[in-house]
Amino acid sequence: MAVIARADGDALRRLWAEAGFEELAELVRGPETGLVMLRGRMGGGGAAFNLGEATVTRATVRLATGEVGHAYALGRDRDKVRIAATVDALWQRPQSRDRVEDRIVAPLRAAGAAADDERRRETAATKVDFFTMVRGED
Amino acid sequence: MYVAVKGGEAAIDNAHRLLADRRRGDRDVPALGLDQIVEQLALAVDRVMAEGSLYDRELAALAIRQARGDMIEAIFLVRAYRTTLPRFGYARPADTGAMLIERRVSATYKDLPGGQLLGPTFDYTHRLLDPQLAGDAPVAAPATREADTRAMPRVSEILTREGLIEGDGALPDDREPGDITREAPEFPMERDLRLQSLARGDEGFLLALAYSTQRGYARSHPFVGEIRIGELDIELDVPELPFPVPLGRIRVTECQMVNQFQGSAKAPPQFTRGYGLVFGQSERKAMAMALCDRALRAGEFGEDVTAPAQDEEFVIAHADNVQATGFVEHLKLPHYVDFQAELDLVRRMRAEAEAHTATPVKVAGKAAE
Repeated sequence: MAVIARADGDALRRLWAEAGFEELAELVRGPETGLVMLRGRMGGGGAAFNLGEATVTRATVRLATGEVGHAYALGRDRDKVRIAATVDALWQRPQSRDRVEDRIVAPLRAAGAAADDERRRETAATKVDFFTMVRGED
Repeated sequence: MYVAVKGGEAAIDNAHRLLADRRRGDRDVPALGLDQIVEQLALAVDRVMAEGSLYDRELAALAIRQARGDMIEAIFLVRAYRTTLPRFGYARPADTGAMLIERRVSATYKDLPGGQLLGPTFDYTHRLLDPQLAGDAPVAAPATREADTRAMPRVSEILTREGLIEGDGALPDDREPGDITREAPEFPMERDLRLQSLARGDEGFLLALAYSTQRGYARSHPFVGEIRIGELDIELDVPELPFPVPLGRIRVTECQMVNQFQGSAKAPPQFTRGYGLVFGQSERKAMAMALCDRALRAGEFGEDVTAPAQDEEFVIAHADNVQATGFVEHLKLPHYVDFQAELDLVRRMRAEAEAHTATPVKVAGKAAE
């Protein structure tokens, strides 16, 4: 769910279309957009406080075979969240789990990891290497 | 007797139509896309998210465009929008220690685990306007280097090990964090509510107050223990699932300010702290917030409250720019009846004053009539 929640909506739509699942999912709830109050901690690790809200969209679907899938994600991309809930439901069905993993979750996980790695490498290039200047003679 | 006066409907319609025209500007110039605002005016978007207290880049970009770049108007639009949505719940407190770091600097330690990472900063630029940016010259891809994958402890943790600094900031365990969007503020205020107010407070106001503490209006002797900017994972507990649901990531700026000592007969001296946490990339705001947070803890440390930045009610009640602009700007709306009453009053007072004077004084204003 973490992989899909942070995925780009267009990337998920593309993989979903390519995976070619034909199962029909009935919408049980949503997709609907609301707010979640985000929290931080004083000093980083102390008592919690409310930082501010974020838009969040959620959806719940049911497959004809009965599996119920849920999805939540930051933002207002309802189509993405509807697909994500369907993916969650399909993942719970043993017959489709492997295909969901291979065709959707694995590529998104790899793309996310590559993006994080790139970000870390770009940041690392801005690391300060201190050196000592020798002044005067011995 | 009071007679209500209506009017101006056509004028208002036409004014808004004119506003739409001026907002679009010269039709020969391509319209701004929201993606352009999100990508190229990213820090303006961050400010609207922080002070609008709503994390949604695209909405903030829309607000900036609708407000013609007027930041407080854009913040107002975002605040108004949020009232139209239901609240799904409260997220778990995000762990800034586990941040995917994009910038991390400390002014207190040169060598610290993970090092000083400058990231995309304006620091050390020469602040000279770059005429090349008037065009669309190609921009080089960022340099890259093998990344250090070790954990990056917060600087405060290094000082805590030696007991040289106070802890992260505790409140009673059974306290549910206060929420200024749900309860009317009351003074004195707990630190959690103050931090929520400061996090969405006006950057300029907090900056000025923070500056005042440095200039001697409340002694703070601050050092930047650490500033870090990066992405945090957000999780939400929901009734339908037995585990916290990951929602995705947000970018924040965190500032740990280290301030001078506090000690007592019971406890040896140690550094005190101020904390800042802000949506997006905004270290000026995070630093100002941390300085104000520390100044507002004066009572906790038994310090004399002598300066505006230490006055909780003054700071918190005036930090919200939507409230401030509402009250200041309402003055331009029709006050015809109020003013008529004041006119009557001043005329009456002058008449009485003249009646009391043996020889009526010729007043300049009267002569001009």
